[in-house]
Amino acid sequence: MKPKGFQDFMPPGLPTWRFPAQLLLLVPVALVLFIGLFSAYFTISPEAVAVVQRFGKFHYVAEPGLHFKLPFGIDTITVVPIRRQLKLEFGFGSPNPSNVDQASDVPDLERDMVTGDLNAAQVEWILHYSITSPKQYLFNVRNPGPTLRDLTESVMRDIIGDRTVDEVLTIGRAEIEADCLGKITILLERFNMGITAEQLQLNNVHPPGPVQRSFDDVNRAQQERETMINEANSEYNRIIPKAKGLAAQRISAAEGFAVQRINEAEGDVARFKELLTQYDKAPAITKQRLYLETMNEVLPKVGAKIILDEDAKQFLPLMNLPAAGTATPAPTR
Amino acid sequence: MKFTSLLLGLGAAVILLFSSAYTVSETEQVFITQFGKPVGSPVNADPATNQAGLHFKVPFIQQVNRIEKRILEWDGPAVEMPTRDKLYISVDNFARWRISDPQTYYEKLRDERSALSRLNDIIGSETRNSIAGHDLIELIRTLKDRKTVRDEALVGTDSNLGVLPPIQYGRSVLEQQILLTSQPKVKPWGIELLDVRFKRINYKAGVIDKIYSRMASERQQIAERFRSEGAGEAAKIIGRKERDLLAIQSEAYRKEQEIKGKADGQATAIYAQAYNSSPSAADFYQFVKTLETYQKTLAKDTTLVFTSDSDLFRLFKRIGTPTQPAPAR
Repeated sequence: MKPKGFQDFMPPGLPTWRFPAQLLLLVPVALVLFIGLFSAYFTISPEAVAVVQRFGKFHYVAEPGLHFKLPFGIDTITVVPIRRQLKLEFGFGSPNPSNVDQASDVPDLERDMVTGDLNAAQVEWILHYSITSPKQYLFNVRNPGPTLRDLTESVMRDIIGDRTVDEVLTIGRAEIEADCLGKITILLERFNMGITAEQLQLNNVHPPGPVQRSFDDVNRAQQERETMINEANSEYNRIIPKAKGLAAQRISAAEGFAVQRINEAEGDVARFKELLTQYDKAPAITKQRLYLETMNEVLPKVGAKIILDEDAKQFLPLMNLPAAGTATPAPTR
Repeated sequence: MKFTSLLLGLGAAVILLFSSAYTVSETEQVFITQFGKPVGSPVNADPATNQAGLHFKVPFIQQVNRIEKRILEWDGPAVEMPTRDKLYISVDNFARWRISDPQTYYEKLRDERSALSRLNDIIGSETRNSIAGHDLIELIRTLKDRKTVRDEALVGTDSNLGVLPPIQYGRSVLEQQILLTSQPKVKPWGIELLDVRFKRINYKAGVIDKIYSRMASERQQIAERFRSEGAGEAAKIIGRKERDLLAIQSEAYRKEQEIKGKADGQATAIYAQAYNSSPSAADFYQFVKTLETYQKTLAKDTTLVFTSDSDLFRLFKRIGTPTQPAPAR
């Protein structure tokens, strides 16, 4: 008795070994599905967006987050970091640049410029920009970074070329920044680059090395001028206020003298008047009294006194008068 | 067998699909060649209409040629050349261009490397022509009527510093000239030149020394003016000091003398008024003043000789009633 049931369970006409072969055929299909599933989604980080192209044609701009797309290269995505503040450095390069175009490998060439008065200057500057239209950024210009570099450099030289070396080095910096940014903005719009230039900053601006000393000398001379003026002013300040004080002193002294003089005069006169009043009452005796009083006072002070008789006038020529100033005892007492 | 043929059919369909359908990206333009010969009009070549997306062609015999659609850059090498005023400068310019006729471009140049080398030749030679015909300043300046900001404290009011040399054309005009003369020359290659700009114009080594020495002399001029100004200002201040000093001193002297003179005058008037008030006053004044003079002038070293008939010593001779004493003389 044959076990009948076994044959009955098998599909008729199909050998038992063909069943795994069919499964084997399904493996690539599953693989394809598997790959398709894994390439059907993508995530975008917060600082970026993704431009999605379907069959190469622009489809939409995907914001940050999880998104789905058609697999197998039907939808392609390009991530553009639009919220990142990008910058280009000219004439120098800071370490660890955040994007490939940030600094060039010939900063020395970028730095050297000719000013409008045919002088030379070394200018370093920074351009801050961001990508504002990812679609334009990707589709209009092939190498937006280097293109922006070239444009910026060209515009900067335009601007510097219309300025004197003094404007470039000192007084015109803010104007240069503003003019440059304005011109770059116009050019970016013309090429629809999808980039917005946000800020332009002049960094170091130097005269070229060999003439640096001459520029320093100007500063020194300026200081010297101030020093000379200050010294002269201090000399002025040392002399003049003192002279003013001395002048005031002299005038005050003169005023004092005047008061004294008048007071004395008035005093003298007052005294005289008092005397005169009494004198007028008895002129002769007053005169005599005054005369004698004076003599009384004067004569003792006198060194030598000689009294001659009217009748002995011849004595005088014989007398040996003492030389002036030598005290000789009086011959007669 | 049914399953296998199904699979085969599917495979064939896929191959057929992949060889007849093609995508055109936003960034490329495409033209179709059949056995190397271009057929139909190029796809997505017109900047005005966007034809990017999925397209179809005859499978197997037609080929897709993709050409860049975006604006391309040409950055020329820095080249030394003389200007009309015989200054050797190094010029580095760049240009934007695009492929306007992909078929012609492909036929004549085939790839971008040869396109760039043609642009080197054309723009390079036009640049050379233009620069040789103009003075350096025309390459440097752009705006004809720009008023410079002058720091008069630095350059002084009447110096030639801080003034830009005048120009006739300017940089942007020359750039435009180079662009306009180059454009027709590159057009036959299917290239449209969008703009040409100078990137760098710098002095050559031989020239730069002269420029430096001129700059140094300009600065020296400024420095000397500062020094001279300082000395001048200082001299002015010293002069003012001397003037003020003399003025102050002489004014003080004048006032002093005025005050003293006035006081003297007043005193004299007071004396005169008192002494002249009556004849006896005058007489008495004379008498008193004479006595005062005696008091002051007679001293130890004085020798006085009297005669015995003087008022004082007449008593030596005799006692008599004195006559009225004569006023002292």
